[in-house]
Amino acid sequence: MIYLELFWSFFQIGLFSIGGGYAAMPLIQNQVVDIHPWLTMTQFADIMTIAEMTPGPIAINSATFVGIQVAGFPGAIIATMGCIFPSCVIVMTLAYIYYRFRGLNMVQGILAGLRPAVIAMIASAGISLFIMALYGQRTLPADLIPFDVIAMIIFVISIIVLRKWKTNPLWIMAGSGVAGIILYSLI
Amino acid sequence: MNSLQKYKTLFITTFKLSACTFGGGFVIIPLMRKTFVEELGWIEEDEMLDLTAIAQSSPGAIAVNASILVGYHVAGFPGAMITVLGTVLPPIIIISIISMFYKAFRDNVIVNMAMAGMLCGVAAVICDVVINMAKTIFQKKRLLPVIVMLGSFVAVRFFSVNIIIIILVCGLIGAADTWYQGKVKKRGEKDDIP
Repeated sequence: MIYLELFWSFFQIGLFSIGGGYAAMPLIQNQVVDIHPWLTMTQFADIMTIAEMTPGPIAINSATFVGIQVAGFPGAIIATMGCIFPSCVIVMTLAYIYYRFRGLNMVQGILAGLRPAVIAMIASAGISLFIMALYGQRTLPADLIPFDVIAMIIFVISIIVLRKWKTNPLWIMAGSGVAGIILYSLI
Repeated sequence: MNSLQKYKTLFITTFKLSACTFGGGFVIIPLMRKTFVEELGWIEEDEMLDLTAIAQSSPGAIAVNASILVGYHVAGFPGAMITVLGTVLPPIIIISIISMFYKAFRDNVIVNMAMAGMLCGVAAVICDVVINMAKTIFQKKRLLPVIVMLGSFVAVRFFSVNIIIIILVCGLIGAADTWYQGKVKKRGEKDDIP
């Protein structure tokens, strides 16, 4: 039963990918290329590229893509449901516990310890994206000088607009996309 | 706001946010913060950070986890179901369409230019939010949170320490701090007795 197999495969991917998109990649490969003959390695590389180019979590994007390839649109829905099912159960349990006990002194202390760390992680993710935008790779290159000037211009203008007018980020995203098309076509 | 309007707002908001989360799960956090904390006022600043910590340390996609938490907080179990739907629908629709001609999409010049531009926009949005959030930590005028923030940053950035480990250690630091503060306070009360 192909639907059940899809559900079970993506259930495992959803359950074991802790720490966001890139942690899920090897798990997805293992399930859809190695264990099941659903995608070839080239198709897998393609879907990873598409998943990065389109909005949405990598796991959900690949669940949809694999589902469609294997069993059409219903397959996509089933695979996606399998993928989010573990999250729904676990996160909702944690949410219940959080709202039940967050008034406790000790729990507040633990949460107060976590908050600065969360900010640090978001900052680090932001820097990774910034490096990606400037140099087109995940890590800093040895030679820092030849960076993408257009990317720098879009970044600086976006940050000025955000700080000065507190613009809705969705407008910044749309604006920087249009700016990308215009500026990169000029050169 | 009645509950039907609340559900509608939840769905439309998460749908819009999810349609714009390029560049990995963390991106949705600043976007959610802007909408739910600043614009709608449904979630408090500190609470948003707590929810982020929970979303980050649970299995699954951060964007999905965060939307479950936000939906649950605003409207309970039905709220969580609605925000999950709002979050997964855009990728399902977009990928379903693209899967028909994904090779052409991948190699399209204009799509790539827009993507390169949006990456800079995302980086700027995150930078803006980090400045705002870091300010709240400095405003506490305590040394420990600042040290935890800088320490975690160095650990993640330069030593690629696993995020789960950082969350555990920082939780322990917070617990130890609370325990110590409580002890100091108790001792102070004892000294007051003549």
